[in-house]
Amino acid sequence: MSAVDWSEGAHRAIARAGIRLLAHVPDAGLSPLLARCGRDPAIRPVGLADEREGPALLAGAWLGGLPGLLACQSSGVGNLVNMLGLAAVGRFPLPMLVTMRGEWGEQNPWQVPMGQAVPAVLAAMGVRLFSLERAEEAEAVLDGALGLAFGSEQMVAVLVRQRLLGAKRFRAAGASPP
Amino acid sequence: MSAGLDRRALVAALVERRGSALLLAGLGSPAWDLAAAGDHPQHVHLWGGMGGAFAMGLGLALARPDRRVVVLTGDGEALMGLASLATIAAQKVRNLALLVLDNGVYGETGGQPTATAAGVDLAGVAAAAGFPTTRRLSSPEQEQAAVDLLLEAPGPVLVQARVEHRPLPLVLPPEDAVTEKRRLRAVLGVGEASAR
Repeated sequence: MSAVDWSEGAHRAIARAGIRLLAHVPDAGLSPLLARCGRDPAIRPVGLADEREGPALLAGAWLGGLPGLLACQSSGVGNLVNMLGLAAVGRFPLPMLVTMRGEWGEQNPWQVPMGQAVPAVLAAMGVRLFSLERAEEAEAVLDGALGLAFGSEQMVAVLVRQRLLGAKRFRAAGASPP
Repeated sequence: MSAGLDRRALVAALVERRGSALLLAGLGSPAWDLAAAGDHPQHVHLWGGMGGAFAMGLGLALARPDRRVVVLTGDGEALMGLASLATIAAQKVRNLALLVLDNGVYGETGGQPTATAAGVDLAGVAAAAGFPTTRRLSSPEQEQAAVDLLLEAPGPVLVQARVEHRPLPLVLPPEDAVTEKRRLRAVLGVGEASAR
């Protein structure tokens, strides 16, 4: 883990892009960004019951002139795949920020299948992918991703890699599941 | 053929009194119903994204608190989007209303029964979630009062209208979602120039 907090630069980019709505399903990796955005009076947080509400919610908000961002864990990507069709056909800007599990030192095997499939699944649906591995690059990566999403009406995902976030510890390092 | 209200007449009554409200129709029969009532820039029709109509309506309602937003959708689509009743209730959006045109079947796929045919009460689910206004509508005499609720009652509102299941002429809405998006944004004064 880095000494720099990636959520600080990410929030600066989000604010600069004029994001006013943060649709999310919480994740431990997201919690610093959710807390930071929660303190920003310009951003309305909307907690979702299911990630697939996200693309539809952001499409409706965009119709009304309100730019939003969808933030969720990698497992949630599996829940929202068909709803990406709505953003694709309507060419709705759809920026997503996905905190990754199942890829770097993961100790919960249930996170691995979906986590490993995220890049291929999103790419297959036409989502443009950005990777965030170093906290120092958070602002620049988010700037680029949000610029592409709104500037060219694209579906875009920033994958915040588990190498940056750190793996959740369930047992001593190196120990195998019982 | 089953007992119930004339869905096209109900949607036409809503459209006639729409005023500045924005109408969003979920996929299948509700989209054809809204198209049959006459196309308009304040209307949006979905051809896919099943289960997303409620959430899309929520997004629009949050963006435009100055406008009434009414989502029209079927019982099958509503059942797939059930989680959004919780999301909507938690957001306490006063300008959002949901009309479920409940015929008890998946009409586009051969008329297979939905859970409402087994008695699932969607208005009851919405009430339990915290919607301040819910109504089950089954008689034509209550229709105008139900339209009043959809357009004026403090939201979120859910009206579950029991409609008949019978073949109706297919009236297709515009197929180009991008055009529908741009024309609604133009009506709302949020055209592409301001977005770029």
